[in-house]
Amino acid sequence: MSARQNRDPEPLHPHDELLRTDRIPHIWCSGCGIGIVFGALMSAIKKSDIPLDDIAVVSGIGCTGRMAGYIALDSFHTTHGRAIPFATGLKLARPQGNVIVASGDGDLLAIGGNHFIHAARRNIDLTVVCVNNFNYGMTGGQLAPSTPFGAKTTTTPQGSPDEPFNFCSLAAACGAVYVARWTALHIRRVTTAIGEAMNKKGFSFVEILAPCPTAFGRRNKMRRALDLLNFYYDRSVVKHGVHPDEASLDFNQRLVVGKFVDRERPTYLDSYHMVHQREIGDWPTIEHYSTMLAKEKTEA
Amino acid sequence: MKYWRKPLDLGTIEVTRGIVRVIEGRCKGCEICVNFCSRGVLRMSDKFNRKGYHFPETIPGRECVNCRFCEAICPEFAIYSVETNGLA
Ligand SMILES: Cc1ncc(C[n+]2csc(CCOP(=O)(O)OP(=O)(O)O)c2C)c(N)n1
Ligand code: SF4
Ligand code: SF4
Ligand code: SF4
Ligand SMILES: [Mg+2]
Repeated sequence: MSARQNRDPEPLHPHDELLRTDRIPHIWCSGCGIGIVFGALMSAIKKSDIPLDDIAVVSGIGCTGRMAGYIALDSFHTTHGRAIPFATGLKLARPQGNVIVASGDGDLLAIGGNHFIHAARRNIDLTVVCVNNFNYGMTGGQLAPSTPFGAKTTTTPQGSPDEPFNFCSLAAACGAVYVARWTALHIRRVTTAIGEAMNKKGFSFVEILAPCPTAFGRRNKMRRALDLLNFYYDRSVVKHGVHPDEASLDFNQRLVVGKFVDRERPTYLDSYHMVHQREIGDWPTIEHYSTMLAKEKTEA
Repeated sequence: MKYWRKPLDLGTIEVTRGIVRVIEGRCKGCEICVNFCSRGVLRMSDKFNRKGYHFPETIPGRECVNCRFCEAICPEFAIYSVETNGLA
């Protein structure tokens, strides 16, 4: 419960229940999409009806990584790229918990790319929320594995010559059981997708195309957050169920969004149990954290 | 609200109304709420908050319908609306 202390006594906003209000206003720039996604994450958590003490938020380094520091839940701000390994440990040690990873495109899929593919392959039961702002915002706007071909960044002043990753296609190819992509302006869809991902057993991935006006927009003729929000939204085409390989992000034509994957597959813990059944016998029934807490109280 | 014709059941349906509240000190003046309020309820104030940003204010005579879009989209958790049951 410690994370839920140190806050203003008087809530000012409906989200204040889940915010470390003593740290608000946050450090994100005016109009930054991370705040929008963070709001959607809080709405999804509230709507999920999962006891707050059962939810943990883990993030790595970057502007997006700051989310863990603003949420009044158990949270951990790990090192760059290592949110997934930390979250994996947390999930295996306390399988009854609901573990959310909030990560930037660089954090999750540049330095953290290997962790991402293997967690998806092993179907670790995590909800991974990626704020894709197409660059490294925190360090001043360098090229990321998501930067569109031709886009300007500090390290590609003439335009990027790289082919970017399609994160959704990568996640699906590696075995993710839930994969969706929306733009930040699809705020209700983002909230629903995060909620569905939290309820899904297995590796779930939600990508949100979000404005970084300061580092990315400024170099690509979209100075205002409004320009970026509209740019992503106006070019988006909703294609539910389309093969993620075809869910391409083409800045000159269209940005495919929607729910691409929703399937079942044994999670890592399911498979571990199956393989080790002889040694460990029946898997111990995992009591829900809230039930354990209630029991501890009555015993004390 | 203006209608191009009076709906037949106008007397029986209640139109949701809201009051929109702004936490001025939190706002960073991005204008997102002003741009996406479907009812055109908001505009940027001439005043500054203590951080030097303009913040939104309501336009007199415009009616908030408590859709809560501004509340959902604001990156600063600086605006929200509450239902008034048409009393305000
Ligand atoms: C080991 C290590 N290498 C490099 C850095 C510098 N660094 C900090 S944040 C960051 C990238 C952040 O990009 P992204 O994950 O997209 O987050 P954003 O700021 O865009 O939200 C880098 C390279 C670091 N902190 N640690
Ligand atoms: S640098 Fe970009 S990503 Fe970071 S807070 Fe500013 S707008 Fe957001
Ligand atoms: S969206 Fe929020 S931060 Fe932006 S102008 Fe409106 S109240 Fe201020
Ligand atoms: S609640 Fe809806 S109608 Fe009211 S100010 Fe906000 S966006 Fe406009
Ligand atoms: Mg980024």
